[in-house]
Amino acid sequence: MIRRLLSLGVLSVLVAGEVLAQDAASINASDTAWLLISTALVLLMTPALAFFYGGLVRSKNALNTMMMSFVALGVSGTLWAILGYSWAFGSGDAFLGDFSMAMLRGVGLEANGTIPHLLFMAFQGTFAIITAALISGAVVERMRFASYMVFIAVWGLVVYAPVCHWVWGGGWLSEMGALDFAGGAVVHVNAGVTALVAALVLGSRKDYGREALLPHNVPFVLLGAGVLWFGWFGFNGGSALAADGIAALAQVNTLLAPAGALLGWTILDHFITRKITAVGVATAIVVGLVAITPAAGFVTPIGALGLGIISVLPSYFLIHWRARTRLDDSLDVFAAHGVGGLTGALLTGILATATINPGGADGLLYGNPGQLWIQAVSILAVAAYSGIITFLLLKLIGLIMPLRADKDEEGHGMDIVAHGEQAYATGEGAVLLDFDETPEHVNGKIYS
Amino acid sequence: MKLVKAIIRPSKLPDVLRALYQAEVHGLTVSRVRGHGGEVESVQTYRGTTVKMELRDKIMLDIGVSDEFVSTTVDAICDSAATGSVGDGKIFVLPVDQVIRVRTREEDQAAVTPER
Repeated sequence: MIRRLLSLGVLSVLVAGEVLAQDAASINASDTAWLLISTALVLLMTPALAFFYGGLVRSKNALNTMMMSFVALGVSGTLWAILGYSWAFGSGDAFLGDFSMAMLRGVGLEANGTIPHLLFMAFQGTFAIITAALISGAVVERMRFASYMVFIAVWGLVVYAPVCHWVWGGGWLSEMGALDFAGGAVVHVNAGVTALVAALVLGSRKDYGREALLPHNVPFVLLGAGVLWFGWFGFNGGSALAADGIAALAQVNTLLAPAGALLGWTILDHFITRKITAVGVATAIVVGLVAITPAAGFVTPIGALGLGIISVLPSYFLIHWRARTRLDDSLDVFAAHGVGGLTGALLTGILATATINPGGADGLLYGNPGQLWIQAVSILAVAAYSGIITFLLLKLIGLIMPLRADKDEEGHGMDIVAHGEQAYATGEGAVLLDFDETPEHVNGKIYS
Repeated sequence: MKLVKAIIRPSKLPDVLRALYQAEVHGLTVSRVRGHGGEVESVQTYRGTTVKMELRDKIMLDIGVSDEFVSTTVDAICDSAATGSVGDGKIFVLPVDQVIRVRTREEDQAAVTPER
């Protein structure tokens, strides 16, 4: 008994000490630990996306497609630190941040919420990277790599940063009360609409509609979808910005919504195409994850399950219809992310309830139809802005440099043309060159 | 009978198959092969190791046809596989001693004529 009292005494001293420390810095160790892990989890989603997309293209474009995701780690990551973070999260006005934190000025180890400010910046940076990488699925197998790099660099500043500011940086959509837990509008509707516009501006691949353009490695697609799901626990769970009950709720919803989506997709597949497909299951996981993203911390777990099941309907039918049109959104970024994000954001306005998260709001089902309207406005605003700016930006870059490869280059495949490498080189017939005998044509066209 | 062996660019395979199908040439075998036809080598670099790829990926088609079908087949391949640059490929027409259809043991002319 005495021992118990003693330990209680020690505990109260510790608690008091912790409170004092929190008053001084207000950094919480468990929140910080969870966000450190979440940042790494979200970063892993970009290589996972590389596998998801890389498996879906033909083998002669496998490296180029994967590189489009990987290069975003460098391009978007660098620009986020230089300016993007400041434009997104600087105080600024309702539409854009400012230059106050450019080059990470004043972003240090002080508390931002309950975690170090630098960590918050890095966590948000991983979102900027994956959003840019998502776009590439619409332009694979034909967009020139240099033009793509220029595009995502500028896009990250003039589209992603402002939209991020509107929703999370204290801009006008957050003032209006739009619910976007982890980026349904900022990440998915934004990337999805950009992808649609990019596919329209670039035009379809030369063989599109004439030849079957089949996935070259379906196991890669499944691997990518699996690792994306894993990383998404950091994406949604980390967006609570704390290791608390809301993070747990987001985590559970991130488990249940894709589970429902996967099941829903297999049922549709079974009754419509008569075969339950692996590419379909991988796609379903992504659609379910996208749809739960805006809702993760605002809906009940059973709500999330229903949201997941419902979310596959529009995306499933859009994907099957799109493949029969001239619209070559090659890897269906718009159907999966644009429409998945739209469905998720609207369902958030229906299923959200303040009883499970007092920091959220009630949706239509809980007597607040106004929330659905706010959600619709936020999606429309993001879609319109990102669509128009993307169109102008691509036209502008097209004036300076060609956006797409010519027919010959497309025929040879972008791996050799853009990178001088092959995904599956056998090494047969390769002759080692000395440094001084590099042929002339290495600087010109390097293939015949 | 003749055996038409055609070496073409992999990127032209769908066009060639379509042309052959339209010319009613149905039975064929496709192999992935590597070879060199005098075209400029492709140069690849892996972590500073620069190599010249002397062998390029090619597709080889083996088509057994009756004598009167040789020119139809050759024309279909030439028309659909040409790009105008070095490396478009070659067609070899070889004499054939005997052809046997495994399922029916039909021989020669009957064996290379598709059943209707």
